[in-house]
Amino acid sequence: MSDISITTLRRLKKGQKAIIKNISADGEMGRRIRDMGLVPGIQIQCMGRAPLQDPVALRLLGFTLTLRNNEADFIDVQASGT
Amino acid sequence: MQNDSSRIAIAGNPNSGKTTAFNRYTGARQHVGNYPGITVEKKEGIAHLDGIEITLVDLPGTYSLTAYSLEEVVARRVLSEESPPPGAVIDVINSGVLERNLYLSVQLLELGMPLVLALNMMDEAKANGLNINVDRLAELTGLVCVPMVARKGEGLDDALRAAVELAKKTGGKVKPLEISYGTDVDLALKEMTPQIEEAKLLTANYPARWLAMKFLERDEEIVRRATEANPELSAKMQARGEALAAHLKSTLKTYPEAVIADYRYGWIHSILKNGVLKGADDIAPDDRVAFSDKVDSIVTQKVLGPLILFGILYLMYYVTIELGAIPNDWVANFFDWLSGVVGDVMSDGPLKSLITDGIIAGVGGVLGFVPLIMIMFLFISVLEDSGYMARVAYIMDRVFRFFGLHGASIMPFIISGGIAGGCAVPGVMATRTLRSPKERLATILTAPFMTCGAKIPVFLLFVSIFFDAHRPLVMFSITLCGWAAALLVSRLLRSTLIRGAATPFVMELPPYRYPTFSGVVIHTWERTWQYIKKAGTVILAISVLIWAAMTFPSPTPEDEVAFEEQRAAITSQQEAGTLTEEEVEAKNLDVDNDEQQLHLRHSVAGRLGTALETVTGPAGFNWQTNIALIGGIAAKEVVISTLGTAYALGSVDPEEDTSLADRIRNDPHWTVANAVSLMVFTLLYSPCFVTLMMIKQETARWRWLFFSLFFNLAFAMILSIIAYQLLK
Repeated sequence: MSDISITTLRRLKKGQKAIIKNISADGEMGRRIRDMGLVPGIQIQCMGRAPLQDPVALRLLGFTLTLRNNEADFIDVQASGT
Repeated sequence: MQNDSSRIAIAGNPNSGKTTAFNRYTGARQHVGNYPGITVEKKEGIAHLDGIEITLVDLPGTYSLTAYSLEEVVARRVLSEESPPPGAVIDVINSGVLERNLYLSVQLLELGMPLVLALNMMDEAKANGLNINVDRLAELTGLVCVPMVARKGEGLDDALRAAVELAKKTGGKVKPLEISYGTDVDLALKEMTPQIEEAKLLTANYPARWLAMKFLERDEEIVRRATEANPELSAKMQARGEALAAHLKSTLKTYPEAVIADYRYGWIHSILKNGVLKGADDIAPDDRVAFSDKVDSIVTQKVLGPLILFGILYLMYYVTIELGAIPNDWVANFFDWLSGVVGDVMSDGPLKSLITDGIIAGVGGVLGFVPLIMIMFLFISVLEDSGYMARVAYIMDRVFRFFGLHGASIMPFIISGGIAGGCAVPGVMATRTLRSPKERLATILTAPFMTCGAKIPVFLLFVSIFFDAHRPLVMFSITLCGWAAALLVSRLLRSTLIRGAATPFVMELPPYRYPTFSGVVIHTWERTWQYIKKAGTVILAISVLIWAAMTFPSPTPEDEVAFEEQRAAITSQQEAGTLTEEEVEAKNLDVDNDEQQLHLRHSVAGRLGTALETVTGPAGFNWQTNIALIGGIAAKEVVISTLGTAYALGSVDPEEDTSLADRIRNDPHWTVANAVSLMVFTLLYSPCFVTLMMIKQETARWRWLFFSLFFNLAFAMILSIIAYQLLK
């Protein structure tokens, strides 16, 4: 567990794990994010990115979720090593 | 409202195996329709249990009941407002993703639904070392929990039996689950609930505390309807919500709906932690997920991903066209034979003409493409059910976003004929999964540019005449042209008529699965049946209408007399011995042809087609083509059959069995330029009537129907004229 820091979800590298710290989206975006299980305290792992580097794929709660980079910007995470 | 214990709803997340369970329960005894006013698919089926019939209502797959999408609104309405309401709900849960799946369950409980938790895919969860204590879950939630493996049929009867018993016992409603959402929210709810209760604001269908919560969550649908029912109280409730929002923003920098969601997850988490779930703290992908990850590392890889994607699309395309041609010929031959038999039996006259030229030719032309469409839908079902379709959206989103669309736009595009052979009717309907109104509208309006199954006969005919050596290549290019038109027009629309920012993409990538045979078959059959129904009703009516338009009004008696005089002249010349037998026959044939020609030109369709020649001339269309294209606005399927009828009615020699292809090949009017121009026009011009009606239904605006009709006509006309003028 080296390299602990708060960053946005966009910056996660493939294979890197992180804990969700804060979600700053409200309205429809926020609702959708929460409906899919992205809430503070949840552990996620970056699974990779689409061929054009966007969207990003995440693993959380045993399933895979994908969201666009500009949506990932709403989510602050505490990253750990890979 | 009396509930019905023999009416059970099935709820669940997408990819939870809900559809598999529903198919297992009902088999082929399904009825697919639409909910009135909205366009979400309504699926009902009959299941048999212990000798009684039970109606199962398959709710749309949703992650939540927050009214994020039309599906969620529908699910909510079916549960609380439909008459009779379901007596109980079977909540199908993917046991491997228990925590997220229970988020929907919590909301069902908040709504006061009697719930049976069907823990599906228990076998996989167990095999992967996930230890779910079902009894403990039942104990803590107070719910009936049934382990299930829907694919193998395990636990299905248990779940259904439990649901029926629950429905009988509870009468369809239980006390809504009331969990704490934290001090601030709880306080607000405590103030609001009695007021809502007292005013009976929507409480006939929904629990008062739930309604109060919807005000706090700023649920558009409930707020709107509450405002209609009681504007004063609704304003007051909204104001209380605003006060809470302001308070939470200043103290915790958060939003009411976020707090409520956090507490729901908290409730779930506390239950799972309390001896239900063991050893699931860390992210431990199970075998299936691990396998999916391996596949994804190849399938979504930078270079390989797109290559594989286009490879699969092209393969599908190639197999459909090549394999589909074989049964297509069988069906076409059958209708030729039928037409011949009927023609021999019946005496000449309008009725024979109606049956052979109108009905058999029209319907035969449509049904001939059923095998092709079945193969196509079989492919699409496999792609959807296997989970690959979601990867397609994932890979393509960046590109689609550039055109103002959504990665999920690819689905409606593909169904509409993005992989040639689809149909814009289900395609336009498939846009319902798109939450963003603007991206959805752009998709609806541009999906009809795709190469739908009904346009394919036109392309096949002309490609086989003019580009026979390069059939697959040319057909593939046409499909790409459809894509180019759809994307460019979409970009145009999104920067003019439907401007606005993009909406959330957030989407699940389900683990890969082998599609089940029954699932694929049912899916394929549903869609094929949709097509056949269209053929049997709309197209039959249109065939008859078009036949009538091409037959009536008949020429005036004076015109007929002129032909009789010509024939008499030929006969007298023959008697005088100035003409040989062959010359007589040829001259008579000419007269007959002229007469038929006059008949058709004199008809409603002929007059319209001729009148339009001045407009369509620059695109190289003759009056026969015009008639066929007019028919095509009614339904693209009739373009070829109308063209066939137009030429067949011009011919009188029944022994001379030239097919339409030969006729066009030998007609000096038809050149490559005409053919390309017609193909461009067919690809891009007005959607068919049924699609137009769907556009109206899906957008709820007549203006988009008329926009599609006139914009596409003008767009196609301009491009056809350019194509013809360049090539001629």
